[in-house]
Amino acid sequence: MIRKALIGSHAIAMAVKLANVEVISAYPITPQTIIVEKIADMIERGELKAEYIRVESEHSALAVVYGASAGGSRVFTATSSHGLLYMYEMLWWVANSRLPVVMAVVTRSIGPPWNIHTDHQDVLSVRDSGWIIGFAENVQEVLDMTLQAYKISEDRRVLLPSIIALDGFILSHTSEPVVIPEPSEVNEWLPPRKPLPFKVEAGKFFAVGNLGPDDVTMELRWYIWRAMERAKYTINEVSLDYAKRFNTGSPAGLLETYRTTDAKYIAISMGSWSGDIKEAIDILRDEGYNVGLIRLRYIRPFPLEELRDTVSSAKALIVFDRAVSMGHQGILGMEVVSATNSKIPVKNIIAGLGGVDVSHHDFSNIIRGFIEEYESGLSIEWSIPEWYMPWMIKESEER
Amino acid sequence: MREYIIISRGGQGGVTASRILASAVALEGGWAQAIPEFGAERRGAIVKSYLRISDKPILRHSIVKTPHGVSIFSSKILELVDINTLTPPGIPILINSRGRIEVKDRTVYTIDATGIALKLGLVIAGWPLVNIPMASAMAKVFNIASLDNIIEAMGEYFRGKLLELNIEAAKLAWSSVG
Repeated sequence: MIRKALIGSHAIAMAVKLANVEVISAYPITPQTIIVEKIADMIERGELKAEYIRVESEHSALAVVYGASAGGSRVFTATSSHGLLYMYEMLWWVANSRLPVVMAVVTRSIGPPWNIHTDHQDVLSVRDSGWIIGFAENVQEVLDMTLQAYKISEDRRVLLPSIIALDGFILSHTSEPVVIPEPSEVNEWLPPRKPLPFKVEAGKFFAVGNLGPDDVTMELRWYIWRAMERAKYTINEVSLDYAKRFNTGSPAGLLETYRTTDAKYIAISMGSWSGDIKEAIDILRDEGYNVGLIRLRYIRPFPLEELRDTVSSAKALIVFDRAVSMGHQGILGMEVVSATNSKIPVKNIIAGLGGVDVSHHDFSNIIRGFIEEYESGLSIEWSIPEWYMPWMIKESEER
Repeated sequence: MREYIIISRGGQGGVTASRILASAVALEGGWAQAIPEFGAERRGAIVKSYLRISDKPILRHSIVKTPHGVSIFSSKILELVDINTLTPPGIPILINSRGRIEVKDRTVYTIDATGIALKLGLVIAGWPLVNIPMASAMAKVFNIASLDNIIEAMGEYFRGKLLELNIEAAKLAWSSVG
């Protein structure tokens, strides 16, 4: 085990190396990140024995790893923003074919306007496709979740692809100390991928993705839905086992709770800004507010039972969203309202779109305001989300 | 926890400097974050990077707004950026400059990083490579990491002759800054 500073993109590459991935395919031009550049470097130096296939688009990148995964290989690709959108059709092919592909998505805003900074609109646009989707909070978790993704996706109870989402720049380009597990210990924990019941290989005739009768189509969807339910248990099991074995400090489970035990007000978030929210929670606790945070580590499968249990004695919830469903609410906000059957008032904050920086001071002010509104009986006004854009207030005051 | 801002021109290696400092802090068993603020990053454009160091895990990931020190890779940048909009008076600054520089209400450290780079022939495409002397000087004046760990961290970024020259640059900068 060694500890050294890595940027998030290199932590992903390190996990790919530790997992002994056999086939990597990538479109190496913008909006690609340095993840695939680092992997190419590792292969060139002979540190990773893998086939690296450069292609002309992200659609093809996912098609290539689709084929390699169907052939039994452990595979990887990475993309971001518009590249993920360009993959959209293939995402469904991979999930509906039950292939354990693992992909890193560096979350970035969708243009126009062109913007290379983070929000969650890109990755949440593939929410319903049958991929497991996890969100990392820091660089350590980027590495840990990527390694865990192989074990979870390849588990015979699951056989579904995984996305590891990491915030663009905030994690992909930020360097932090990371504990790197010993390769020999990872090899023991994550042995080579077990072959599928069938094998796609040259010279053998085999139909994949053929025309299906309607009832078979529906039945296959039901199998995916059930596999996603089982994935909840597998994620818990794999992440707990990993935490015990490698002790890197990342929490296990579908969600992480922070000071929620006696909390009357609970914030809910995903991704790197959850750390800033934890600092805000500490400030508010010192001021005497009874607050805590739930950080979703996975949005698919959705941690329904854990979330319901944690919020069961809360008075009100505040959900911080870095993505919005135009015409309705923030995407995480919608998910939380549906999970709690609208029994608990939920205030939904849309913030940080296009990479707008939100600090622990912003979060503590927002959460303080939320508690004051609830206690003054103003939660009735929470039916529409609030957009947090302090610069607009400043501009209108100046006018 | 302490926080720092590095202001450099695109191509001067400000981002690498902050990453080497974070690596050095990691080698000392501490916690660190090196965050580049990218945008229209072009050669010559003003680029900011941030550094956080702590003896505990760092939770926040937002940009640094209240630094304990600022490092400026070119004295010309002072003519383009109002330092008081970045950090309140009183916060010390380190500037790459041959001569002494006075800035109202501030402790100013100067280091002739350009001179060190030119002396050692650390020049690429006409640009003196000032990032290592600047990182080393920063580590010393702001008490971020030891020279030994700066040198060890550099091994992750450079090899061969370039590494040797940069080690020399780091040593010269360390001994010449107050």
